[in-house]
Amino acid sequence: MPKQTASNTIGPFFHHILTPEGHGKSGITDNKLAGKKTKGERIHVEGLILDADGKPLRAAMLEIWQANAAGRYNSPVDDRDEAQLDKKFSGFGRVSSGSKGKFEFETIKPGSVPSTGNAPQAPHINLTLFAAATDIHLFTRLYFSDEEEANEIDPVLSSVNAARRDTLIARRKKTKKGIVYRFDVQVGGDDETVFFAI
Amino acid sequence: MPTLAPLKKLDRTVQPKSSATKRLVPIKQSLSELAGPVFGLNAVKKIDADLTKNAAKKGKEAIGERMILTGSVTDEEDRPVPGALIEIWQTNAAGLYAHKGDQHDAPADPNFHGTGRCVTGADGQYRFTTIRPGAYPITRLGNRWRPAHIHYSITGGSFAQRLITQCYFPGDPLQDDDFVFQAVTNKAARERLIVKYAPEQSIMGYAAGYSFDIVLRGRDATPMEK
Ligand SMILES: [Fe+3]
Repeated sequence: MPKQTASNTIGPFFHHILTPEGHGKSGITDNKLAGKKTKGERIHVEGLILDADGKPLRAAMLEIWQANAAGRYNSPVDDRDEAQLDKKFSGFGRVSSGSKGKFEFETIKPGSVPSTGNAPQAPHINLTLFAAATDIHLFTRLYFSDEEEANEIDPVLSSVNAARRDTLIARRKKTKKGIVYRFDVQVGGDDETVFFAI
Repeated sequence: MPTLAPLKKLDRTVQPKSSATKRLVPIKQSLSELAGPVFGLNAVKKIDADLTKNAAKKGKEAIGERMILTGSVTDEEDRPVPGALIEIWQTNAAGLYAHKGDQHDAPADPNFHGTGRCVTGADGQYRFTTIRPGAYPITRLGNRWRPAHIHYSITGGSFAQRLITQCYFPGDPLQDDDFVFQAVTNKAARERLIVKYAPEQSIMGYAAGYSFDIVLRGRDATPMEK
């Protein structure tokens, strides 16, 4: 049987192909997931990508993968009839951090997607972190601070040590530009984000 | 209720060490991990896969040793992964990235951008035309050089099958003390990152053929409930 291909770092020079916006080119996707016709509540997600000392993590990229407002993934694997596909929403985005470690993306708040055996999961956004300093990517999830009840019974959040759950909750606030969720991702340090083996 | 086969775990005997300092929390796979974005063949243009021409001025092309770089994307059960997006980036023949962050004192090539894209066909195969990249220095580590390599990003199948890696070239002595190549501590896994000479892929009088096959996580035999 063939063996998995080993991962190698993304390195510092991926921007022109993976997140080329701002470099005069367009990529396969970007940090604006929601178009004018996408259904759902429009949200901004903002935060910092940090190293163990709380300094910006050099050359980092987040990949975003989420369900639409009805809780359906735009993927042939998700062929459920009970949740409707939104053709105006791919649910897949990418964003690289700036020199100060800042990132921002615009999307819609996802609906709830069932877990295996149909147990409900709280609305969440799946994130993958790549960075020049990491040899293999890290998987995490973003949950929403205003979904307390759903978060309480979410099977993934429940499997995380209570003291560390906060690292997975994005804080909602109203601003001039609309609804903003604040979410930092930290690799290493006392407040390291929870990363998953999936 | 349709069923869904869970993905095999990341093979920690093959993969480099995670940078997370706390334990990775194991979770049960759901649609979130098993679904993934899909790219039609329309997501890319044919020219995107020819790096010798995709950034060249009219009638010009990149300078360097032309090569065909082809291969398959399969999973651990040897099943082809169709519709996988492959994105590559690399230096020019002199070892310089077309990126403002690259401080290497080497000549730029105005007809080469060093980026390409293609989508695997129904048989899981992909194919690029490019030039052989150069080595470059990593001066923050002293007088060190990175061996010639091409960066690969593979997005296909499930979200959990995501892979970013690099391929290397046979017989390059710079691999011996390269901290990126050596981050893969399993020797056999490291050697699988080296492209193979594939003369049957060569184009007569134009470009030599090389192959680099990619294997993503496979699926467990027993399906689970969606
Ligand atoms: Fe490189």
